[in-house]
Amino acid sequence: MFRYQADKPIDRPRIVSVKAVEDESPIVRTIYFDDEKCSEALPGQFIMVWIPGVKELPISLSLPSKKGNSAITVKPIGPGTNALYNVKPGDKIGVRGPYGTPFQPTNGKVLIVGGGTGLAPLSLLCYKYISYYTHITVIVGARTSNQLLFIDKFQDILKGKGRIIVTTDDGSKGYRGFASEVAEKLIKTEDFDMVYTCGPELMMKAIFKASEERGVAIQASLERVMRCGFGICGSCCIDRYLVCKDGPVFNTHQLRIMQDELGVYSRDYSGRRVNIH
Amino acid sequence: MSSIPDLSVEISGFKMKNPTMLAAGILGVSIPLLRRVLEAGAGGVVTKSIGVGQRKGYETPNIVEVSCGYVNAVGLSNPGIDEFLEELQKSDISDMPIIVSIFGKSEMEFFELVSKLDKTDVKGFELNLSCPHVSGVGAEIGSDPNMVYKITKEVKRCSKKPIFVKISPNVTDHIEIARAAEDGGADGIVAINTLRAMVIDIETGRPILSNRVGGLSGPAIKPVAVRYVYDISRNVKIPVIGCGGINHWEDAIEFMLAGASAVQIGTAIAYKGLNVFNEILYGISEYLKRKGHHSVKEIVGLSHKF
Repeated sequence: MFRYQADKPIDRPRIVSVKAVEDESPIVRTIYFDDEKCSEALPGQFIMVWIPGVKELPISLSLPSKKGNSAITVKPIGPGTNALYNVKPGDKIGVRGPYGTPFQPTNGKVLIVGGGTGLAPLSLLCYKYISYYTHITVIVGARTSNQLLFIDKFQDILKGKGRIIVTTDDGSKGYRGFASEVAEKLIKTEDFDMVYTCGPELMMKAIFKASEERGVAIQASLERVMRCGFGICGSCCIDRYLVCKDGPVFNTHQLRIMQDELGVYSRDYSGRRVNIH
Repeated sequence: MSSIPDLSVEISGFKMKNPTMLAAGILGVSIPLLRRVLEAGAGGVVTKSIGVGQRKGYETPNIVEVSCGYVNAVGLSNPGIDEFLEELQKSDISDMPIIVSIFGKSEMEFFELVSKLDKTDVKGFELNLSCPHVSGVGAEIGSDPNMVYKITKEVKRCSKKPIFVKISPNVTDHIEIARAAEDGGADGIVAINTLRAMVIDIETGRPILSNRVGGLSGPAIKPVAVRYVYDISRNVKIPVIGCGGINHWEDAIEFMLAGASAVQIGTAIAYKGLNVFNEILYGISEYLKRKGHHSVKEIVGLSHKF
């Protein structure tokens, strides 16, 4: 119950210094910073990152702490992400959160499917919960070979406990085609205890459908326009859910309820529906 | 044995199973989401404010927490009336106690909005004459009694549905504004919208909100809002709906004693989630039983006698 307390921490941007930046691919970069609350975040949770003078953006935490740091992984696709991509060590950014529901760990054999920067929260999931899994299959998908993310990192984490399957849309490395195509085949032919996915929504929708047909439980991390991050502005709604508060990680039951919207449309900043292609 | 108190209210023809409502601007325009708020216990819901055209709102950051509340400047983001009509058509809202908040910069814009929405199953309108951070609309119109009168009258002319006017605390004479709305034919007053406020980050020296200034909501403004409700309900004959910092059932009771026929809840959802409606309703119900009231209507304005 909320009562005003002078010493209650207020959830507003905490200004932190960028400690390091690391290129993951020619177009994706990981940014490390110190923040105690962020370093305690669970896989799948996100933070609101303020680039002063530019914008505030929701971004998933991507890698485990490196000497006490937290990390986010960003691809420049607009003014906010461009500015964030270009920060240098020593630059100040604001962070608030972490927010949202995390991935739930499970015991047994799991399938992890990531497309593009969707691999970011999935890598933290792997680092954190590796001990729960008896066998892991990671599908790393990208448009083209130089956009593939975290392959070395996944190899390090897995340590013979599973396999990595690479897919590229143009066939420049690994399987030629979408990550979802490989995932659908595996779901049909193998027994998984859980499917985890994050990436383009049409990819996740296809994987959700395949999981439903096989009766496999799934957790998917979704993305929508966000303003507040804590369940009050409504910008990130999908059917009766809020991606910031009820998600970003949704389970099978929730995905079923939002099926009319999942992979069909999202909303822009005005709340207007925009078709997902 | 004490009987279960009657929580239902009817405000100028707008029926609700209980006196709690979702405040405007919170949780958006998605009908499935508004339905979820009703399932969580709310007696009624008010949509985000809808205008004639699409508005993106301001660049983020749009909201920031302060001690005892939040300061926000979303900037009246909304998909525009035509898109909103499509949103309404997607769902059956005939059983939903849903009020549409509308804003505009002229009588003509309000006319366009109401004439389009009047044909739908929405149950009434809340005129946003109080948004504190968008120029040319909201409080800029709502601080002029003549404009408040003219817009209310225009809206009444084109709809038989209940019309509530949400007024701003950022005005010189709120009683004059409330009377102007009453004279224009308003069926109720909603008091209050947020107070103009600002937050500066001391590390960077920058105002945090992209719009620099915004509106303060939450527990910080409750005593201010209670006083407005008390003042207005003693000076107009139409019902008043209280809004501003209602976080606990005690707050809701206080507003009703001050003269509110119903209460709107917004910021508390940030602290407690949608469970806040049930928590407040349970508290109200227990209070009424303890005080020997049979209906929530019995306590409205009780503090006026002192």
